[in-house]
This record gives sequence, C-alpha cells and structure tokens, in this order.
Amino acid sequence: MSDVRRAERATQARRTSATGPVVPAPTLQAVRAPRGWRKRGGGGRRGTEARVAPYLFVSPFFLIFAVFGLFPLLYTAWVSMHDWSLLSGNEGFVGLGNYQDLATDSQFWRALVNTMGIFVIATIPQLVLATLLAQALNHGLRARTFWRMSVLVPNVTSVAAVGIIFSLIFARDFGIVNWALDSVGIGAIDWQAHRWSSWLAISVMVDWRWTGYNALILLAALQSVPKELYEAARIDGASAWRQFWSITVPMLRPTLVFVTIVATIGGVQLFTEPLLFGSGVNAIAGGTTGQYQTVAMYLVQEAFTGQRFGYAATIAWVLFLLIGVVSAVNLLLLRRIRSAD
Amino acid sequence: MRRAPVTLYVALALTALLSIAPLYFMLVMASRTTSEILSVPPPLVPGGELFDNIERVFANEDVIFGQALLNSLIVAGVTTVSVVVCSSLAGFAFAKLRFRGRNALLLVVVGTMMIPVQLGLVPLYMLMNKLGLNGQLSSVILPFLVTGFGVFMMRQYASQAIPDELIEAARLDGASTWRIFRSIVFPVLRPAAAVLGLLTFMERWNDFLWPYLALDAEHPTVQVALSRLSGGYYTDQALVMAGTLMGTLPLVVVFIIFGRQIIGGIMEGGLKA
Repeated sequence: MSDVRRAERATQARRTSATGPVVPAPTLQAVRAPRGWRKRGGGGRRGTEARVAPYLFVSPFFLIFAVFGLFPLLYTAWVSMHDWSLLSGNEGFVGLGNYQDLATDSQFWRALVNTMGIFVIATIPQLVLATLLAQALNHGLRARTFWRMSVLVPNVTSVAAVGIIFSLIFARDFGIVNWALDSVGIGAIDWQAHRWSSWLAISVMVDWRWTGYNALILLAALQSVPKELYEAARIDGASAWRQFWSITVPMLRPTLVFVTIVATIGGVQLFTEPLLFGSGVNAIAGGTTGQYQTVAMYLVQEAFTGQRFGYAATIAWVLFLLIGVVSAVNLLLLRRIRSAD
Repeated sequence: MRRAPVTLYVALALTALLSIAPLYFMLVMASRTTSEILSVPPPLVPGGELFDNIERVFANEDVIFGQALLNSLIVAGVTTVSVVVCSSLAGFAFAKLRFRGRNALLLVVVGTMMIPVQLGLVPLYMLMNKLGLNGQLSSVILPFLVTGFGVFMMRQYASQAIPDELIEAARLDGASTWRIFRSIVFPVLRPAAAVLGLLTFMERWNDFLWPYLALDAEHPTVQVALSRLSGGYYTDQALVMAGTLMGTLPLVVVFIIFGRQIIGGIMEGGLKA
C-alpha cells in the first residue's frame, strides 16, 4: 500500500510539472541518447541485443492484440458489407445494403432509444452521487479504508450476480421493493412490463455497481487539488459553494471527462443487466415488446438467434461510431462547465 | 483536511448500508426455501437452508457448478499471469529502454484502452470457429492475454520506481536486457504487478458477454453457469441465490484480504488516465 501511495504522490508531483506525464520531454532524450550509444558501442553482439530487446519486450502485447483485438475490429467492417450467415458463411457483397436496412429497422431504433434512455437515466445521477460521495470521503475520516471498501463492494460483485439479485429484488409478486411500495400505500409496480419502470430498474443496477467505483476515482482527483487554492479562496472570502464551483469542479473536469467516457463505453454496450432482468429462453428479446432490449442485445440476437452475421456486424460498427459521437458530445458538454466559471 | 462532522458519518453509514443490502438479501434468499422466498411479506433474516441449497447447486446436473468454479479459476488465473508478465515486459521497455518508434507505439497502447474490443465479437466467433476452439475455455482466454491498461499501468510505475543509473550500471557490468529485467526490474515492479494481477483476476472472473456467447454447456465459467441456472422457464430461486452466493464469495474474500491494494490500484488508475 505504501508503495502505491508513493507512486500516487510521484505521479502527482510529475503532473504539476510542466511536461505531460505520457510523453517524455524530447530535449531530454536528445541529450541522453548519444551517451547511451557510446556505452553500448563496445561489443557488436551486445549492441545488437540492446537494440532488438525493446521490440521483443513489447511484441507479446502487439502480436496478441493484433490477432484478437485489432483484427476482429477491422474485420467487423468487412463482414458488415456482406450477407453473411452463421451456417453458410459469406453469401456475397452487398456494399452498404445492411446499413440501409438498419436505418429503417424499427427494432434497431427502439433498441437504440432504450440504450440511450437507460444511459442517461443511469449516468447523470451516478456522476452527481459519485461526486458528492467523493467529497464526503475526502474528509479526515476514522476507519478510512473501511468506508472506501464499503462503497467498492458492489463493484466486486459480478454483473451476472447483480442482474440476478436485482431481478428478485424488483420481482412483481414477491420482490422486496414492491412489498415496501405496497406497505407505504403506493402500490406494487410491474417493473418489467413498462418501458419507464424497466429502464429505472436497470439503471438502479448499473448505478449500484458503479457509483462507488467512480467516487474513488474522483476522490483520487480531489486529493491532487493543491490545498493552497482553497486557502487562498477562503482568504478572499469565497463561500463553500463558490469554492466548489470555482475550484473543485474545474479541477475535477479531466477526471469527470475520463469517468464519463468510460461510462459511455460501458453504457452503449449494456447487455448483462437487462438480459438477466428478463427470464426464460427468450430473455434476449428484452421484454414482451422489446421495451428494455438494448442495442448489444439486438446485436447478439441477430448474430446467434437470427444467424445474420453480416447484419450483426453492421450493428457493431454503428455502436463503435455511437461511442465516438457520445464521447465527443460529453467532452463538449463538460467543456461548457469550465467556461461557465 | 477538515475534520468530519457526525452527520457525515451518518450519510456514509447509509451509503454503506445501501452497498451491502443487495448482498445481504442474496444471503437471506440463499438460506431459505423457494416457497419462503415467494411468500409475502418477503423474509428479511437468514433461514436455515443455506447448506442444503448449496449442496443442491453442486448436485445439479444441468450446470456442473463445481466444474464451472474450477473453469473460472483457470480462465482468470491464466489471463492474470499472462497480463502481468506481458505488461511488465512492455511497461519496462516503454519506461526505460530507448528505441525507434517508442512514443508512437505507446500512443497505440493508450488508444487500445479506448476501444471496446468485445464489440468485435462476430469476427472473434468466426476466428475461434476457424481455430476449432469454439466452446472451449481457450476461446475466452486467448483474447484477454494482454491489455493496454496493464501495459500503461506498468509503464507509469516503472518510470518512477526504477532509477536509470541502476540499469546503466548493470549494462556496464555486461548484463543483457533480459537479465536486467529479471534480476533488477521485476523485483522492483512487484507491488504494481500484484495490484494489476488483482484487478485483472477480478475482471476476468466477473466477465460475462463473451464467455456467454463462446462457451458450450460442457465448459461454462461460473457467470455463464449462473445465467443458465436463472434462465429456465421454471426458476428455483433458492437454488439460483445459493449459486450466486457461491460465485460471488471467492471475490468477496479476495477483496476483504486485499481491499487496500485494490482501492489503491483503482485510485491510481484513474489519476493516470
């Protein structure tokens, strides 16, 4: 732990210096390189070894990623331009035909609306709660590790377990949520039956699993804000609210961007929670009228139930684009926050 | 740091309660009979059926739950060792060795962290078919043998933890790069390697989408077995909850033992990105 904390401090120290943490300063390299060359210059074999070794060291990562990461990604685009089925393979080039079909596919649009709806309902409260929780954890607390662990426990629970446990908690006839609602006179809700209620239940699952995790990441960012900034603001008579908006939020902005983009990548691919929220062999349909079928579920349904690989690849490629667009929109929105101050 | 007021502790206690509550209900339901679970009002305290239910999970012939636990251990174990080794090698090279194209390659590594690899599942499925690996455990091990996150994390740690003089001195003594890595670098990287190992193990143990599509009924991981337990027309809720408890327990134990390290790793990972 002390090692980790030391590493944390070292990174922070480097962050405050002028150069970025990723790319080392080029001038420094230029000065150092000749010194290294001269030292290696002695034996020919040793020189070759030192020149080849770095590539050998990074090659396992790049080789494996090329085969099982990059190739499937690019090949998705190729498959999406074909009629391609699970059983009979490639049945011919159709160009952008699959994309045209997708544009007028009402089931796809419904799944897209579901995915974005759940994403918005889940992410906005999650970020607000995580920021508040991070603020709360940033005090001189007793039993600090205990509190941090307690908010992270949900994230250790698997997505499948979360889906299964919460579908019982939200069960119509015997679930604890409906029992509680009934007791206070609101009346039971058939959570799976309606669009809004199924979205809400699924959002609760997502937020339960991720709020504490994001709070810890925001906490790390809060701790790297120089205390002098707050002291100076206090001397100038800034209120706590003013300090929060003028110091905390702008300083948290890069981390908020990071957290939001990670949430976007996860949210657009949402699959397991809604799958296990439903039940029976047709759970992939996301409810009787597809009221909570996400795009990722529709993709899997097309690929494996419908055996249409080409069309499924088209959906996957559109999802990539969607992640790019939503991330860009997030960046723009969060940039607004800073310019507001 | 300001001292925390009592109201803050109350708020944190409520948050902790919300975090634990669903897991508590899992325990309650895993220790009841299905008819008790289905009754109104629902049971709020644990009953006495826990061990009976667990026994029934392991005796269930449809899901081979014991085998599934073992399979998860294999998948998570193998990928963890591979990620730690490959990330340490590459992280050291990016942090401490000078070579042509280093910065460009490092940018590629960072880029891979932003790409949702599992969306390539259609070609991945075709690839595994070609290799004759569909349904097998290796089909869910191979794609996750390396991660960009791991390389980046080890690179950041190596660049501040290993003094350049140490490496140069070893070179002057005639040590090869591999020798330097094994005798000097890896021992220093160990704390970060342990954290990366923990994070990787948890992520792979909990993974669902790709194993759910790739694995057949003879080779399930625990998460896939759980979805099969809960996915039937008739669902034995007590059985499903006991299985969910058994699938969750190993990670909760790991988390209780190594919680500080895991939290440190997550907080650091966020700072660096």
